Amino acid sequence: MAATTMARAPRGTAERKPSAVQTFLSRHGGMMPTFAAALILVLLFIGAEAFLRGDFITPRNISALLLDNAYLLVLAVGMTFVILTGGIDLSVGSVMAFTGILGAKMLGAGVPALVAVPVMLLGGAAIGLMIGILVQYFGVQPFIASLAGLFLGRGLAYIVSLSSIKVENDAVLWLQSTRIKLGDWYLTPTGIIALATVAIAAFVLHLTRFGRTIYAIGGNEQSARLMGLKVGRTKIAAYVISGSCAGLAGLILTAYSGAGYPRNGIGTELDAISAVVIGGTLLTGGRGYVVGSMIGVFVYGTIKTIINYMGAEQSWMQIIVGALLLLFIVVQRAIVARSEGRR
Amino acid sequence: MTAIYKHRLFWPLVSLLTLIVINFIARPQFLKITVRDGELYGPLISILRESAPLMLVALGMTIVIATRGIDLSVGAIMAVSGAVALTIIDGASDPSNMGTVTIAIVVAILVSLVLGVWNGFLVSVVGIQPIIATLVLMLAGRGVALLITGGFITTVNSDPFSFIASGYVIGLPFAFLIGVVAIVVLSIVERRTALGVLTEAVGINPEASRLAGVRSRGIIWGAYIMSGTLAGVAGLIYASNIKAADANAAGVFIELYAILAVVLGGTSLNGGKFSIAGTVIGVLIIQTLDSTILFLGVKSAQSPVFFAVVVVVVVIVQSARLRDGLAAMSGRLRARRESAQDRDKVEVA
Amino acid sequence: MPADTEVQPLVEMRGITIRFPGVLALDGVDFTLRPGEVHSLMGENGAGKSTLIKALTGVYAIDAGEIVVAGERRTFSSAADAQAAGISTVYQEVNLCTNLSVGENVMLGHEVRRGAGIDWKATHAAAARHLDSLGLALDTRSMLASCSIAIQQLVAISRAMVLDAKVLILDEPTSSLDRGEVEQLFGVIRDLRDKGVAILFVSHFLEQVYEISDRITVLRNGTLVGEHPIAELPRDALVTKMIGRELEDLATIASSSHREIDRTGTPVVKATGLGRRGVLEPADLEVYEGEVVGLAGLLGSGRTELVRLLYGADRPDDGAVEVHGRPARLHQPRHAIEHRIALSSENRREEGVVADLTVAENIVLGMQARQGWLRKIPKKDQDAVVQEYIEALGVRPANPNALVGNLSGGNQQKVLLARWLATAPELLVLDEPTRGIDVGAKADIQKKVAELSAQGLAVIFISSELEEVLRLAQRVVVLRDRRKIGELDSAETDLDGLIAYIANEGEGSAA
Repeated sequence: MAATTMARAPRGTAERKPSAVQTFLSRHGGMMPTFAAALILVLLFIGAEAFLRGDFITPRNISALLLDNAYLLVLAVGMTFVILTGGIDLSVGSVMAFTGILGAKMLGAGVPALVAVPVMLLGGAAIGLMIGILVQYFGVQPFIASLAGLFLGRGLAYIVSLSSIKVENDAVLWLQSTRIKLGDWYLTPTGIIALATVAIAAFVLHLTRFGRTIYAIGGNEQSARLMGLKVGRTKIAAYVISGSCAGLAGLILTAYSGAGYPRNGIGTELDAISAVVIGGTLLTGGRGYVVGSMIGVFVYGTIKTIINYMGAEQSWMQIIVGALLLLFIVVQRAIVARSEGRR
Repeated sequence: MTAIYKHRLFWPLVSLLTLIVINFIARPQFLKITVRDGELYGPLISILRESAPLMLVALGMTIVIATRGIDLSVGAIMAVSGAVALTIIDGASDPSNMGTVTIAIVVAILVSLVLGVWNGFLVSVVGIQPIIATLVLMLAGRGVALLITGGFITTVNSDPFSFIASGYVIGLPFAFLIGVVAIVVLSIVERRTALGVLTEAVGINPEASRLAGVRSRGIIWGAYIMSGTLAGVAGLIYASNIKAADANAAGVFIELYAILAVVLGGTSLNGGKFSIAGTVIGVLIIQTLDSTILFLGVKSAQSPVFFAVVVVVVVIVQSARLRDGLAAMSGRLRARRESAQDRDKVEVA
Repeated sequence: MPADTEVQPLVEMRGITIRFPGVLALDGVDFTLRPGEVHSLMGENGAGKSTLIKALTGVYAIDAGEIVVAGERRTFSSAADAQAAGISTVYQEVNLCTNLSVGENVMLGHEVRRGAGIDWKATHAAAARHLDSLGLALDTRSMLASCSIAIQQLVAISRAMVLDAKVLILDEPTSSLDRGEVEQLFGVIRDLRDKGVAILFVSHFLEQVYEISDRITVLRNGTLVGEHPIAELPRDALVTKMIGRELEDLATIASSSHREIDRTGTPVVKATGLGRRGVLEPADLEVYEGEVVGLAGLLGSGRTELVRLLYGADRPDDGAVEVHGRPARLHQPRHAIEHRIALSSENRREEGVVADLTVAENIVLGMQARQGWLRKIPKKDQDAVVQEYIEALGVRPANPNALVGNLSGGNQQKVLLARWLATAPELLVLDEPTRGIDVGAKADIQKKVAELSAQGLAVIFISSELEEVLRLAQRVVVLRDRRKIGELDSAETDLDGLIAYIANEGEGSAA
């Protein structure tokens, strides 16, 4: 055979048995950033505990960590869906402010919570839907489409009210004020909602075809389409989920602060994105875990608590989160570069 | 005729002119320009004066976007720049001393330049995605600005410094002239030299450009330095205008408006071909729209809703789907669009 | 086992016509695919192969004609639609998700479910079964990214089997596989054929087409030339049908190339011990004025790696380069360009053309980069250079303002050649300049290389098509497994000799 291509001894599929470490890396290499985030969280706790002479790891503090960051956790969960598809949602902070003030206004006008709360969620979902449609059907970059959502949410918030509205609805305040106690530990309904959101999201992402389609789109959208997956509706759904989560976060924040305020959540989308990235989700999409985002939120919340404890200026918060973000990005880049180099 | 229609500045210009016409119909004094002591005043002049910070930031953003990047940190750099300048002036014995103000301005611009160097380093040397690399400074920068001002809003009374935003030279607002100088300088640097086309090459295909001998790293780095520096100047204008350094409020959302201006001007966020003229028109559209919204009696805080509508309308008009839909409703077009996407693959045909 | 013509066809396309703006891409083409056959679709670039495949898989809508699948008239509106009807496609650039596991890629969208969620254990077991039926023993839980392209391609075929494909379309599946991997793929293809799957095969490699096909359909310029059983269509007849003319030009190239090179003076470029850990063992290479040095070896043998190190595209950690006898430090491509070395990458789309710039801008890019951004080349000089090369190389369309992304592969390659020639190089390195372009453009480029070297240009020429290497080069450097294994005088060797050398030299074992 006069072959123009050339011969090489066929490469057998049964090569030498890979070591356990290699097998683990080839299977779970993508989890490394999340492990790193968990490690940082543990180190933060240990460091704070040592620094603050055993005054930090207390049931009260840890319970408060969940309570104080419940809204951010919910936002981060929604953001994770969007980022996994390779998109981004800048609108969540504004949407949270809009749904929060909208809910406060409705409750103030005597609308029952049973109506107000679904309207809040739907309001968030509607803005998410708009972003999703722009992205999917009009080919608008997620950055720009969600920027429109950001402006819309913020403007609508001010249209609902220019100043803060106090909430006196018992059902909503109950979400915050109820403490389910176990010794010194406690959980509020808002905390339960946040944890339930994480659990449902984790289930959806890992155990449903919809969830796997999200990952496939983030890995390679063109491939996902050619594989016959429902790319369009899945992508739109990711933005709707993010919008709904923003609506839910609006409810949680309103309950938490006892008021709706149109200036809420300025820059919160950046906190949510930071938490997701710190939790090990790649901004290019396709890799990451919702549990990682939860860890990211706790890292964020813990730093905030430590700064409060030390009585340092809040401006340090921004600097430290920025620095941490940088650290994680560099680590992720190194990991990605390594895994590409292994090929 | 079709050539004009197809020119990429056609739609931006039409939008701007439409806005001006609407304004003129709604309030005929819109186009009125009065001369007082040899200085021009009027709604149009105000728009030009107020557009200066956004103009500077958007110009820098245009170049960064052309390299396939984005600079989210411009607002934070504005805050830092204002904080640095006003802290120096505030600390001096005579805030109105020309020398003090000059030093303050130079130091503030140098600090902004260094921040641009930092962004460029992360993107071009470390290789971090621009959106994230600049997010770092977007978050941390405001913290730095707050630290510089000690968490307070530093106010000063300094006539030389106030001149930047409210002074007049040859009958025109000084701030506007700064913008014009920036436009002219940038146009010359980009188009009279080969920097523009090399920037576009890097934005379209970085690796091919590197192999063709283009100094990709330097060009990308330079873009962020330029963006940071221009943002620093914008921060000075902003601080001069309110005679204060407000680390929390300076340049909030300006990165978003700047990106919007660039996109309105017809430069794609995917990098590559860019248009400085387009960005200038984009900035003027935004500023005119802002003025229009205020004139309509809408609270300034509520104006984002209008911008949201503008963004949505613009992106839908620009989208291929709508154009195809208007052209004809046939299956052929679906194929054509896909064939455009698959262009490179079709060569295997 | 050629399929019987009497068998009921699985796919019948009749009178397929597709019109693109300004182009008649397909003009009344008939195509028939029978179960249990491997059917090759042949034609030059632009003949309509991809368009026909896309018509069949529902990517393009047809303007006229009908598609009958398993006796039923069908119109598919998407790839997913076609898949559901049992028509699966495996593309050259494997369309899978490398961020997911092997098993998931096989089963995506068809996971085994239990209750509300996916049963991962059963899903991976099912994936392993499908892979096993193709003779693949893979860890289904490992990430696809950790597999070679060849394995990924086989995974894609397994996926098609999960979808119960009756028709499997393989579009250029072998272009990035080495010989052993091609054999493995062909084993799988034969297996599927024997199970009654109809296979549509597209490849640029004639040998492979003849090795695997039962039947060939030839297209030219969007029209059907004919359908032939493989035994009735000798190679030269096939080529003639594909291009519609005889290839007499290439013979003259060969005769002009085989001349004596004066190797007594200083080489234009001399590399000593050039290497990088894990990429290439230190190798020597020298090129003299007017000489064409061919690099031969398998994909991944180190041939591309060697020239990239020489050019400074990758940083060597060992070795030295001399240009005209003087040491040169080439850490970046621009250093090489300053020393009048040019490299045209094998990856035209990602490392070659700047798609959204015009032909003129692409041609001038190399010159301008060398001048630096401050000294812009005057418009008049640019126009002159561009016009000169468009004419000299026959770039079509001959419009300097056309976007390069809109040109065919062959014309893009010519633009790249123009870019490098415009920098007036003394050493021109061409890595796979003829890959994936039509026969006419291939001949044009080879002719130009022969002509330039005759005028004194030093050239390094890399190609997977060894005939080209032997035709153009006076000396062939052979690499294997990231190591230079020797040099051959092309006048003293023929194709079989070169293949044997690549496969066996220095090892003593048969391939």
